[in-house]
Amino acid sequence: MYDSGKIIAGLLIFVALVTFPFYFNVGKVIAKPETKIDTPEIQKLPEHERKCVESKEFMRPGHMQLLNNWRDSVVRNGDRIYLNSTGKDFDISLQNTCMKCHSNKKNFCDKCHNYMGVKPYCWDCHIAPKENET
Amino acid sequence: MKILFSFFTVVFLVLLVFAGATTGNKYVLFLFGVIIPYAAFATFLLGFIYRVVQWGRSPVPFRIPTTCGQQQSFPWIKQNKIENPSTTMGVIVRMALEVFLFRSLFRNLKTELRDGPKLSYGSDKWLWLAGLAFHWSFLIILIRHYRFFIGEVPSVIHLIESLDSFLQVGVPLVYITDAVILAAVTFLFLRRVYIPQVNYISLAADYFPLFLILGIAISGVLMRYFIKVHIVGVKELAMGLISLNFMAPAKNLQEIGVIFYIHLFLISVLFAYFPFSKLMHMGGVFLSPTRNLSNNSRMVRHINPWNYPVHVHTYEEYEEDFRDKMKAAGLPVEKE
Repeated sequence: MYDSGKIIAGLLIFVALVTFPFYFNVGKVIAKPETKIDTPEIQKLPEHERKCVESKEFMRPGHMQLLNNWRDSVVRNGDRIYLNSTGKDFDISLQNTCMKCHSNKKNFCDKCHNYMGVKPYCWDCHIAPKENET
Repeated sequence: MKILFSFFTVVFLVLLVFAGATTGNKYVLFLFGVIIPYAAFATFLLGFIYRVVQWGRSPVPFRIPTTCGQQQSFPWIKQNKIENPSTTMGVIVRMALEVFLFRSLFRNLKTELRDGPKLSYGSDKWLWLAGLAFHWSFLIILIRHYRFFIGEVPSVIHLIESLDSFLQVGVPLVYITDAVILAAVTFLFLRRVYIPQVNYISLAADYFPLFLILGIAISGVLMRYFIKVHIVGVKELAMGLISLNFMAPAKNLQEIGVIFYIHLFLISVLFAYFPFSKLMHMGGVFLSPTRNLSNNSRMVRHINPWNYPVHVHTYEEYEEDFRDKMKAAGLPVEKE
């Protein structure tokens, strides 16, 4: 091979770059996110009423769009009532509706957001619930 | 024909993975989620190295840079040190401009035959602009995807993400690069369709990567903004793949969503296709003798490495052989 020094050095840099994820995480323990839904407020509810505003299948991928629509509904239209898919209505409020049940932001919201590296800007304006447990 | 062939190949690939993933069969999902990505990555890595080593084995005996500036000459003639480098430093600057800013494409000209007849040349920066937009968007998108492969996402990736989404449109936030790459790839495709000369020289191997990348970008955009997937499951799978511990996440493959498998399969095809295609310009740009050589032919003698040792019969030897006959014929000789 001609100019083998330069070419092999270049190839080594290339291999180091593309295999970067394979060796970067070695030895680090990455816990799977487990969200907790055992807050006192949820425990207080009777078994059959322990439901979010929409189904889990809807909320898990779609909660951010729901919250975005909620914000637009309140801020732009002044409409504070949300009628869900089963015909039940809810007061539109992140702090008073969502966080009333999910008062454990650290063990609920943050679990997946931190795992996925997502930084939602909810709390730029809203006040995060105070949590005693650390 | 070439366009349709490439287009339907990509459509076929999408249908193939769609049919496979909608079955929900865990073995099929294991194939598309684990086996094919590994095979594609191995093909990419080994194929890439093989191609570069093959290129390295070709000798480049002489200096053949394509230059476009004054070469080094008398001290009172100003040399263009970047466009016509005579030192390694100049070559590095020239290569950096080429790799990061596509300097040579910036020189692209449009030639038109007008009435008269007159041949006219004009500047044509659209290809340069679209190419640059496409490559940089693709790089930023690739770097952004590292959030799926790193346990604790480093702040540099957060910084890139926040800059890319700083318009704060919609939820999840719209990335500027998503829009740019779709527009740029579309332009690069339409260019091949509408410019007759470019259309004439375009091959299926030119259209296929465009459609493939367009498919990857569209499936990614759909997945992020419209057809949601179980994203935590995606990261668990990605982390499992890179830590060679894919059996645990493989149990939850059904949960993720079909669109993810389409996205992943098209990327796997791109990776596997890479070493066999023109996409190898990623490595090739560094091995272009017309770019990576300094123009020092007037200062350094470059000897062809495969010169065969030819036996030369010199004039001195000739005179030795025929001195008497030359003298007899009255011819002048150098040695008496």
